[in-house]
Amino acid sequence: MKTTMSKNRITNTDIPEENRVISSHAGGNTAETIIGIDDVNFAYNKGTDVLKDVSLDINRGEVTAFIGPSGCGKSTLLRCLNRMNDLILTASITKGSINILGTDIYDPKVDPIELRKHVGMVFQKYNPFPKSIYENVAFGLRIQGIKKASILDEVVERSLTYAGLWDEVKDRLHSSGLGLSGGQQQRLCIARTIAVEPKIILMDEPCSALDPLSTAIIEDLITRLKNEFTIVIVTHNMQQATRVSDRTAYFYLGELIEVGPTTTIFNNPTEKRTEDYISGRFG
Amino acid sequence: MQSVAEDTFVEEEANPFATKAIGLKRRDQIVSILLRLGTYFILSCAAYIFLDIIVKGAPVVFQAEAPFINTDFFTQSPETLMTFETASGDEYKMNFSEYTEFKTRNPAIDIVDEHSHAYSGGGIFGPLIGTVLLTGICIVIALFVGLTTAIFLNEYSSKGKFMDLIRLAIMNLAGVPSIVYGLFGLGLFCLVAPVVTDVPAPRAILTVPLLFTDSVLSFEGWGTCMLAGGCTLAVMILPVIIAACEESLKAIPMGFREASMALGATKWQSISKSVLPYAFPGMLTASILGITRVAGETAPIMFTAALAHKDKLPWQDIPTDAEANALSQSAEWVGGFFSQSVQAMPYHIYTVAARIPQSEYTKPMQYGSVFVFMVVVLIFAALSIYLRAHFRKKVQW
Repeated sequence: MKTTMSKNRITNTDIPEENRVISSHAGGNTAETIIGIDDVNFAYNKGTDVLKDVSLDINRGEVTAFIGPSGCGKSTLLRCLNRMNDLILTASITKGSINILGTDIYDPKVDPIELRKHVGMVFQKYNPFPKSIYENVAFGLRIQGIKKASILDEVVERSLTYAGLWDEVKDRLHSSGLGLSGGQQQRLCIARTIAVEPKIILMDEPCSALDPLSTAIIEDLITRLKNEFTIVIVTHNMQQATRVSDRTAYFYLGELIEVGPTTTIFNNPTEKRTEDYISGRFG
Repeated sequence: MQSVAEDTFVEEEANPFATKAIGLKRRDQIVSILLRLGTYFILSCAAYIFLDIIVKGAPVVFQAEAPFINTDFFTQSPETLMTFETASGDEYKMNFSEYTEFKTRNPAIDIVDEHSHAYSGGGIFGPLIGTVLLTGICIVIALFVGLTTAIFLNEYSSKGKFMDLIRLAIMNLAGVPSIVYGLFGLGLFCLVAPVVTDVPAPRAILTVPLLFTDSVLSFEGWGTCMLAGGCTLAVMILPVIIAACEESLKAIPMGFREASMALGATKWQSISKSVLPYAFPGMLTASILGITRVAGETAPIMFTAALAHKDKLPWQDIPTDAEANALSQSAEWVGGFFSQSVQAMPYHIYTVAARIPQSEYTKPMQYGSVFVFMVVVLIFAALSIYLRAHFRKKVQW
């Protein structure tokens, strides 16, 4: 499975003329599981599980929102999906498995570096590198060894256009990415992520450091992105979850309490605890 | 309760903000005066030292007519200064080499009241060159080892008792007296370190034959030489360099590493492309400050590299095998070069200040050397401040 995936990547980047971003999910409209989380326990230190028996399917081409009070494990689960938790040496999945595109990503044969090229991530605090806007977007391709200016130029333009930033920055591509406003920097980070053409984009509270106007722009962007990417978003803002997500999962104290279509979760939750949280009785 | 409050209010109506606790206020003033005095004391000490050195040292280095700098002082090595009178009453002052020439030129001259003042003539070219070479070798070795250690400690190592122990050991290294480093360097680099040679010295503690050659790896030490001195200085400055490099690495936001990893970069790609370039200014600053510190150390080089007096400069008269081909000749030359002992500024200052008979003629050499050395160190410190400011402006987040 893994070899086919990497083969796809190489052909993708080798043929720049192909409209890769658009074509990557052609025909993915039916609810098809792209991420299968099966009975997962996770611990930062052995013995104290911060995720308990989490089972959850995430569908291709949908926006799935993880909601819940702080410390409920939603960001932890998100970071399990591209194995960012590997950076913490003592952290590991203690039970269960996570399947992405049909492969168990915690299989010893899976290279987390390759996985992360398919599962991109946007962080809570926008973190562009102190490089030019162009170099920020080209970074993912450069580390893959792509040097050809024509390919880089095209990918940078396409990614920035897709992130809705091209018109704002096309005249200053070579000035520092840190000179942009907060919302623009976050969109730059999104452009940087989609430049390597992941199948899935994980967003960890992408708007929590932004003002309402920038938030609205990013939310608009997320709705457009979901045509081509599967998006998992962690958010503290429940209005945001209702605005952008197709499905919502509610977590509490490391457990998945309830998951379902966003309208059902917010209008007609089956669990009392979900209702308490979304109606603002706690959390 | 309310009435009491009203009473106080009425009493103090004239000025509600007048000082109530007079004792506290006075103590406040006394403390501020004490703190001020302490600062002024330090400042005046520093000012006295600098002024004394400048007043007595600057006239040695600068002169009234062009080129305004005493070039002899910078281009000659230390020599014995001769002072004498002739029978006719003329007073002379000249370096020993000139003195012998003078005597052969004027064999008939009648010299009376002749004095020699060791190290008081000539200039400081030899010691300056030696210090440059020693600090150069030191900083290359210290930066390489220090940077790799810092990267490992900060980016790769796991947290645990063993790592805490290593950190503790590194911190303790910083507290070891420099004379101990000197003896350590003597023991390790001068007497035990391995060399490749055809004829091992009898004092070698271990010889390992090298396969396919006639040479052996002989643990006989490098002797007193600039490589041994540079290594000793490097070991001494390592804790400082490691700590500084680690601090610079820690100052880089975790977000850079995460963003880079999330884009599919390997660990080393993340570090080399998204961490090191931004940590570089801090490391550079620390290294330059490190240079100024090692440049001034006397004890570590006393046993390992420095000589009080040396006629030749390190690159003069290196023995090479005239029969051999150019490649092995140049290899031999490089080996010979690094095996040279050198003069060095701090050791030279120690010698002229404490190990020779003092006279009015030794003063210019003493103050001149100290003045030049101080200016060199100041230039390095200023350079590090400038570079830090320069890079801060360029790389920000």
